[in-house]
Amino acid sequence: MSEPQAAISVRDVTRNYLRSRTSLFRAAPSVHALHRVSFDVQPGERFGIVGESGCGKSTLLRILAGLDQPTSGAVLIDGTDISRLAERKLRFLRARLQLVFQDPMSSLDPRMRVRDIIAEPLVAQGVGGRKERVTELLSAVGLQPDAADRFPHQFSGGQRQRISIARALAPRPGILVADEPVSALDVSVRAQVLNLITDLVQDLSLTLVFVSHDLSVVRHVCDRVAVMRDGQIVETGPIQEVYENPQHPYTRKLVSAVPNLRRALAGTSAADLAAASAGFTRGEHV
Amino acid sequence: MSSPDDVVVQPNSDRRRGPRLNPSLVVGGVIVMCVVLMALVSFAWTPYDPTRVDATQRLLGSSAKHWFGTDKFGRDVLSQILMGSRTTLFVGLVAVGVAAVIGVPLGILAAMTTRRLGELLMRGNDLLLAFPALLLAIMFGAVYNASTLTAMIAIGIASVPNFARVIRSGALQVMGTEYVLAARSAGRRPFAIGVRHVLPNVSSLIIVQTSVSFAIAVLAEAALSFLGLGTPPPTPSWGRMLLESQEMLYSAPRLAIFPGLAIAVAVLGFNLLGDGLRDRFDPKLEDRR
Amino acid sequence: MTAVIDPVTSPDAEHAVLTVRGLGVTVRDVALVRDVDLTIGPGERVGLIGESGSGKSMTALGIMGLLPEDVTATGSVRLTGVEHDLIGADERALSRVRGRDVAMVFQEPMTALNPTMRVGDQVAEAMLIHRTEPNRRAAQASAVDRLDRVGLPDPIQAARAYPHQLSGGQQQRVVVAIALANDPALLVCDEPTTALDVTVQALVLDLIVRGVTARNSAMLFITHDLAVVATVCQRVLVMYGGRVVEAGRVDQVFTRPRHRYTQGLIGASDLEVVDSRGRLATIAGSVPAAGSFPVGCVFRNRCNHSTELCKIPPDWTGPDSANGFACHHPAGLSNV
Repeated sequence: MSEPQAAISVRDVTRNYLRSRTSLFRAAPSVHALHRVSFDVQPGERFGIVGESGCGKSTLLRILAGLDQPTSGAVLIDGTDISRLAERKLRFLRARLQLVFQDPMSSLDPRMRVRDIIAEPLVAQGVGGRKERVTELLSAVGLQPDAADRFPHQFSGGQRQRISIARALAPRPGILVADEPVSALDVSVRAQVLNLITDLVQDLSLTLVFVSHDLSVVRHVCDRVAVMRDGQIVETGPIQEVYENPQHPYTRKLVSAVPNLRRALAGTSAADLAAASAGFTRGEHV
Repeated sequence: MSSPDDVVVQPNSDRRRGPRLNPSLVVGGVIVMCVVLMALVSFAWTPYDPTRVDATQRLLGSSAKHWFGTDKFGRDVLSQILMGSRTTLFVGLVAVGVAAVIGVPLGILAAMTTRRLGELLMRGNDLLLAFPALLLAIMFGAVYNASTLTAMIAIGIASVPNFARVIRSGALQVMGTEYVLAARSAGRRPFAIGVRHVLPNVSSLIIVQTSVSFAIAVLAEAALSFLGLGTPPPTPSWGRMLLESQEMLYSAPRLAIFPGLAIAVAVLGFNLLGDGLRDRFDPKLEDRR
Repeated sequence: MTAVIDPVTSPDAEHAVLTVRGLGVTVRDVALVRDVDLTIGPGERVGLIGESGSGKSMTALGIMGLLPEDVTATGSVRLTGVEHDLIGADERALSRVRGRDVAMVFQEPMTALNPTMRVGDQVAEAMLIHRTEPNRRAAQASAVDRLDRVGLPDPIQAARAYPHQLSGGQQQRVVVAIALANDPALLVCDEPTTALDVTVQALVLDLIVRGVTARNSAMLFITHDLAVVATVCQRVLVMYGGRVVEAGRVDQVFTRPRHRYTQGLIGASDLEVVDSRGRLATIAGSVPAAGSFPVGCVFRNRCNHSTELCKIPPDWTGPDSANGFACHHPAGLSNV
């Protein structure tokens, strides 16, 4: 039986945090950041995760990247369970899976030059030929070679995201995990960076996990999507299906509550969006 | 391929006034150099021997022979000021050096380690805080014979808790950033992260804390010297001069003014230098348009 | 703006709530905003669209007199019910106007609210400052009512809460309540829902629209999100490089844009349209730093249609400041 092995396999992952005690007599309250999350990502697939703030996607990404350990469950990257491995056994993961972060302002060390930022994964993994690789990467993300000598603050948000992407690609990973990479960017810059991501994923045959709160962005980038809410996955499926025919009420709300240019021009008003949104308080009174 | 971005944008909000040679750096640097110069010169020459007592020359006012006058023992004040600058520099360097060398790694370690260990370290830090410089100076003085050096080490150790606490707070912030997360996911070892990311990003905190600690150290030395736990007479010390002048504050205020001014100006100089250095090395201010 | 036609041509210029003429904002001799004209009538909802570096936030701050220390505004800003020009007015005069005749809703509710003060007291304070309520007790009672009207459940309890005890959406509702407390003639919103979750965003937007409609207030809504403007506003102005490059009714500007930047922006924001290789339409290059915009048409270094002619600043083509564009080679009516 030779099934193609999933690039990423998340099985029944739960992550609880203990908050500080508020009472001497009762145990500390625990926060369920993730509850029995399961999904698979095939090699070369573009997998989206959609959810609003507090849904647990950041926690999930850290666990995927081996920066946090689940309370229970397993995470298999290329067939190896990384969920309980010690740091020194995770070396392979560092070369195999890389992250791109959301905030272009705080994801680059302000005191490091761009060439050192991009070369850092290579330094950490003891790979040589860094100078050439940095030049190569800058070109791949559409930046001039002289950017290497500059500091992050000299670049715009979109350019910083390109630097972030260059850094992530330095160790030639097979899996790219992007956490809201375009959420902080202007519309026209977003289009450029999304194009860059889709080009690179295609040219380098990468597996992509793309997290966003914006379903329409995920729809553009991904093949399949999982919708998260309160630490759980409520719906999974091919992106077109989920978008056009959402099964779960929360997904339906996500799809219809987002302001959409076409629909607005067709007459959807703020009141209509609000009506679509009402009834789902996520524990919050709105 | 996406459209190349060849325009380097400098966001407005990040542009602060900070040329390579900013006023703080220049003025602070000049003052500090003067103090260093005074100390160096004093090794070669002073107008008079500052330790020579001459009862016939007691409490003279400023004159051509004695620019700053003489003190109650007939010693030339100017010479004492010159030689006293050595003590001041020695004090500053050793006390702040000890505090930084112990406090900075302690703070960074406490921030980078597990929560429990970090808390433990901070509680140990607090214990140290409970020992005032005075007590430490007495302890060292009793064991090793009170001298400038014992006083400075005592003050240095007493300054460690503040360093550690401030640096830890800054280091915790750095540890929470996404770029540290990126470094971890790139496979960087903790030590490398501490040196390559945390240390540079808390450097401005270190510089500022150094300036503050220096000022405190100088004043602490003065108090200790007065109590006989610091620079023993007859070696000149600005602090001791200041405190010895107390009894003649009304009759000869210049005996307080000169050393007092010297301390104030030196402390100001170091503070300005600290500010200037901090701005000088902040990459955001590196190019001035 | 070198308009060919008499600038005061908005149909109800006499009854306009906000009239801005030739607004300019400069910082240390770099122009951030230039020649902005806009008029808003009562009950009108006007959007101001722009990306980072377009000058839209500076325009809003300039109108409200909230510019930082070394930033100066020139031109004229007239508000209904206020005798003097807002530009150049001193802080005392402006503080009487703010909160009463014009109110603002910013992006971050947590920084707009005082963290050490209960929210009910903050709403009450807004009313007491401008004497909308005669005394403390009346103001507090009124505050509870306002909090109820913005949809906070259990308003009496909510009034006693501190900002950090509320969620982001609830905090923003409080900010809206404070802004509308004195029935301002003009409400200025700067990215009020950008920091909120999608589902909460819809509710807060609806709240704002209902709030201004009920009071027949004018609204200036600043954002980079085209869809939000299309949902909430009737008219829109597009800003780039510190200038208004196009203006008109929302449905017209977004379906038949004339200025090439507007055209590019709409194209780039459309995630459903891709070329044969699956790529989105983009605008070439990136936004220059303030002060580095090209001479002439501010957009010409990124425009596929620019020619030598574009080195001359384009005139405004249109009947008034609310309708028109400034482009030498505009997109045709068939949107080519």
